[in-house]
Amino acid sequence: MNIAGPQASHGLILYIEDITVSFDGFKALNSLTLYIETGELRCIIGPNGAGKTTMMDVITGKTRPDYGSAWFGQSIDLLAHTEPEIAQAGIGRKFQKPTVFVQHTVFENLELSMAGNKSVWRGLFARLSPAERDRIDEVMETIGLSECRHVLAGTLSHGQKQWLEIGMLLMQAPRLLLVDEPVAGMTPQETERTAELLSSLAGAHSVIVIEHDMEFVRSIAEKVTVLHEGRVLAEGSIDQVQSDPRVVEVYLGE
Amino acid sequence: MVDRPALILLTALTACGLLVPMLSLVVPESSALHVTTYTVALLGKYMTYALLALAVDLVWGYCGILSLGHSAFFALGGYAMGMYLMRQIGARGVYGNPLLPDFMVFLNWKALPWYWYGFDMFWFAALMVLVVPGLLAWVFGWLAFRSRVTGVYLSIITQALTYALMLAFFRNDMGFGGNNGFTDFKDLLGFDLHASATRVGLFVISTAALAGGYLLCRYVVTSRAGRVIEAVRDAESRARFLGYRVDSYKLWVFVFSAVLAGIAGALYVPQVGIINPGEFAPLNSIEVVIWVAIGGRGTLYGALAGALVVNYAKTYLTGALPEMWLYALGALFVLVTVFLPKGIVGLLPRARERPVS
Repeated sequence: MNIAGPQASHGLILYIEDITVSFDGFKALNSLTLYIETGELRCIIGPNGAGKTTMMDVITGKTRPDYGSAWFGQSIDLLAHTEPEIAQAGIGRKFQKPTVFVQHTVFENLELSMAGNKSVWRGLFARLSPAERDRIDEVMETIGLSECRHVLAGTLSHGQKQWLEIGMLLMQAPRLLLVDEPVAGMTPQETERTAELLSSLAGAHSVIVIEHDMEFVRSIAEKVTVLHEGRVLAEGSIDQVQSDPRVVEVYLGE
Repeated sequence: MVDRPALILLTALTACGLLVPMLSLVVPESSALHVTTYTVALLGKYMTYALLALAVDLVWGYCGILSLGHSAFFALGGYAMGMYLMRQIGARGVYGNPLLPDFMVFLNWKALPWYWYGFDMFWFAALMVLVVPGLLAWVFGWLAFRSRVTGVYLSIITQALTYALMLAFFRNDMGFGGNNGFTDFKDLLGFDLHASATRVGLFVISTAALAGGYLLCRYVVTSRAGRVIEAVRDAESRARFLGYRVDSYKLWVFVFSAVLAGIAGALYVPQVGIINPGEFAPLNSIEVVIWVAIGGRGTLYGALAGALVVNYAKTYLTGALPEMWLYALGALFVLVTVFLPKGIVGLLPRARERPVS
């Protein structure tokens, strides 16, 4: 069930073309087309119901579109694989609500997220190698939770849970990270720390961030895509996008 | 690597496994310390119940699958053993037929049905004790988990499963003795089932099976696979997006648990001397869940303690105040749910602390 990593010779890691998803006649995505470059940090914004989360669902295999195509690199057809297969191929996803394993320690959360063979049989006999321990320690350091090594994840603060979840994505060693509203409910300090964290990830990973907080988007984004009613409304730098009259209209109303 | 609860539990089981045989076989009957054969069989029955509770705790406490049909696997294991015991009776039955069990002669059957072949051999019956419950759990689980049936819906269909089996086994033409089931067993591997020594032997084997089952389950839940199983319980979609095939994990743990339940059932039958479709009753499965809840789920030893305590109470109360038992069980369940959400073992200090990995 392991599938080889994507070949991205043209520098594009994700191709979303003409994707349409409808729920009972309502088009959550309407011929959405989007390309993400390798190593890019892309912000996706848009009003409620614009289709941001549905787009993530399509990329990660949770929702199957009615039309269109979605490729990871040039070789992996995302529409033909299941969620675990897509995860194994190198797409990590952070949910809108922080989702960590609350009854496990920080260390165990990261251990379970580690890339590798995830079969039951392997799980029954797996032992951590020193290299794997080092990797877990390294990620724990990156997300600033080294002090909380043996703390149950359920007792962490909201911001710490968000970081832990990002850390879990890092353990997966994904090529593409999908991050849904990483700073919702965070204090200004936590938001700042998260911005640094995500910025430091771009380059080695491609990152797609969905966010409402414009200040936050301004602080991290090179390129912003605005979604509206299931399609791309505008794309460009944050200044270009914010001065686009169509975007202003959608955000502020007529 | 061995933590305190595990150590205490294994010591207690070992002590039990040594002491009870001594008090029963060595200490003279006139002594106040003598344990009667009746008590030995009763304790042996509790041990098999505790093994069943362990199996339920593994799927429910650790994987979040509330199975309300685990008695079905227990009963199937019991029936497999019962078929062997029936074939062992041979010509000593009431009708003296060397091949056919009494109920088949009574139904005027001329030949042994094909699915009874092989049950005259112990190794085959022992294999079926594992295979039949395991296979049923595999087919059922494969269909249910692949379709992502979870929560209360899964619980309801497990109830339906055991209920359907009960109705099927009640039918005479199924070839499993109808509502009378199997009874009047004579011997097991040549040992007379009515002899005290055999009863003591069965008790010791049941205790050893319980200790072995506990160690196996403990190995599973402390392995990485065990942590994945708990992760599936707490955040199933997160586990899926991390690349775990959640359905395989659930299926594996469900089948493993069903096999344990089958072994428990196979040890239960020779000690109580009867197996009938009543064992499939939906209420039985619910009772097991109550034992686990009362003992404290998600700890293994809690399930074990719950099974022993509740069943001892049941034996005592159904003797002293027969009509009060169901009220007492219901009250106990409510009280534990409201005041002790972690069960009896939740009262122990540091009971839920996990070993540092």
